Amino acid sequence: MTDLIGTLRQQPWSLWWVQFRRFARIEIRRNLITKRAWWIYFLAFVPAAIIALHLVIDRHQPSSMNEDTNVLAGIVQLYYVRLGIFFGCLGIFSRLIRGEMIERSLHYYLLSPVRREVILLAKFFAGSVSAVTLFGLAMTLGFVLMYIGYGGAGQDYMLHGPGLGQVQAYLLIMVLACLGYGSIFLMLSLMFRNPMPGALLLWGWEAINPVMPSLLQKFSVASYLRHLMPVSVPAEGIFALLTVETEPVAAWVAVVGLLALISVVLVYCCYRMRRLEIRYTTD
Amino acid sequence: MNAAADTIRFENVSKFYGEVLGVNRVSLTLSPGITTLVGPNGSGKTTLMNLMTGLVQPSRGKISVLGLEPSNATEFFCNVGYCAQFDSFPRGLTGFQFVLDSLMLFGMSEMDAQGLAAEALERVQLDAAAAHRNIAGYSKGMRQKIRLAQAVAHHPRVLVLDEPLNGLDPMARAESLALFQELGRQGMHVVISSHILDEVDRVSDRVVLITGGYLIAQGNIHEVRQEVRDKPMQLLIRCDKPDLLASKMFAVNHCVEARLHGDGRGIFLRTGDVDQFYRILNEIAIEGAVKIEAVAPFDDNANAIYQYLIGSDGSTA
Repeated sequence: MTDLIGTLRQQPWSLWWVQFRRFARIEIRRNLITKRAWWIYFLAFVPAAIIALHLVIDRHQPSSMNEDTNVLAGIVQLYYVRLGIFFGCLGIFSRLIRGEMIERSLHYYLLSPVRREVILLAKFFAGSVSAVTLFGLAMTLGFVLMYIGYGGAGQDYMLHGPGLGQVQAYLLIMVLACLGYGSIFLMLSLMFRNPMPGALLLWGWEAINPVMPSLLQKFSVASYLRHLMPVSVPAEGIFALLTVETEPVAAWVAVVGLLALISVVLVYCCYRMRRLEIRYTTD
Repeated sequence: MNAAADTIRFENVSKFYGEVLGVNRVSLTLSPGITTLVGPNGSGKTTLMNLMTGLVQPSRGKISVLGLEPSNATEFFCNVGYCAQFDSFPRGLTGFQFVLDSLMLFGMSEMDAQGLAAEALERVQLDAAAAHRNIAGYSKGMRQKIRLAQAVAHHPRVLVLDEPLNGLDPMARAESLALFQELGRQGMHVVISSHILDEVDRVSDRVVLITGGYLIAQGNIHEVRQEVRDKPMQLLIRCDKPDLLASKMFAVNHCVEARLHGDGRGIFLRTGDVDQFYRILNEIAIEGAVKIEAVAPFDDNANAIYQYLIGSDGSTA
């Protein structure tokens, strides 16, 4: 144990930190300021755009505020978590390493005096910052637009009522979703030349997960996030019949469980990164 | 300093890509200076370079560069620069930014990095206006130069160059070769793979011939030529009576071919025994019947050795 601590102390942490920041800065710039990211912006902001249309066209009666709160919960749980963040993160995270292999530029980084783990974690961090910034802004904007039409009542709800707690919970869900899906897509991109089939399988799994036995529900990002929802979205129709009600899980258990899953996936990603070879002709 | 700390070592290294052989059982020790890897396409030159720099990992064997291994990236890549053959770059960067970004990863200040980037661009003769343009608009020669600048910018002790002359015009080639020579003279390891054998031949301290993933010869180019004993050595002798010299040489049985030079003032001779040849030539010179002006080996260059050992013309491979 003393040896391990000694070894850890001898590592060039300050250099790694400088390299990490440098990589992250390059990567964030590349993720956010690129024409190729337009569809991720679209995925993030389309609900806010639709809410804005309603704001312009619809009349907002105070009695419909509860209904809008449920709509917002539905947007977060059914659109953002299952669709927007899922595919947005697929676009961002699967490109971090695999995209550079397709563009044949990854070797420049692997030939730099940077540990591969630092490269991987910096890229993951940059991907997370990009995704969280985009979806966080979009979600907050959607939230504000949803209640702003109610005038003073909406303002009260957002600032002094349950709205503030709800938006915090939604942002936490969004951050965890980005980290959870991001880590898995990063892993898939390190394991397969084409991560898309694996991602679609995961999407299918996440979609049918609510109707799975409660033990299998634990192996899903969305199921952890469902326990963090401040407003529950009731299952209706055929899903109401098929959905297995699971024991409620404490918020901290859901958060810690998801963070543990992310950590395990990232450790495996680091292992794959160390063994990664540059063979562009076969990739 | 022990020997390993100043050499590049391959110890029984093999690399297989699935069932495809990359290189097989390569054992090689390279000391400082310019080493040229010679071989046809697909012979394993790039694989050797990628193994040396950790872009691929050996299936068997061990590689160390100055006693370091690529897994120790921080120290390893402070000492090694690799100008790979891949003609692609991170998107949206100018040439200067590309070199600067690479240098910043060494943990140096932006001011130091800017100084080194400017110096590197000057070394490869890429003008400042071009350096501040987006790489996407560069010609092939400019892209080659910017890759070279990125590889040399941090002053590595080992420089690995995969086809560094590709795409360069004759002037730029000459400048690059002069740069390699200068680096070699400074005691650096410069490992080059090139198809332009005539040009790299002039600057190489040693050659490594490789074909089909197997190392077939290595060493100083003249030594390698001496080892190719089944191919008679060709010499050009400048003299006043080439026909007389030819008849005297054919009197001994190691001369297998003689061809008069076009200007009538020289003769190409092929001999199976160089030592014997020089002894007889000295005797002829002492006799005074033929006035010998100059003697030069004509096929102890990389191109000729390539043809003898590998069987095709290196310049067109």
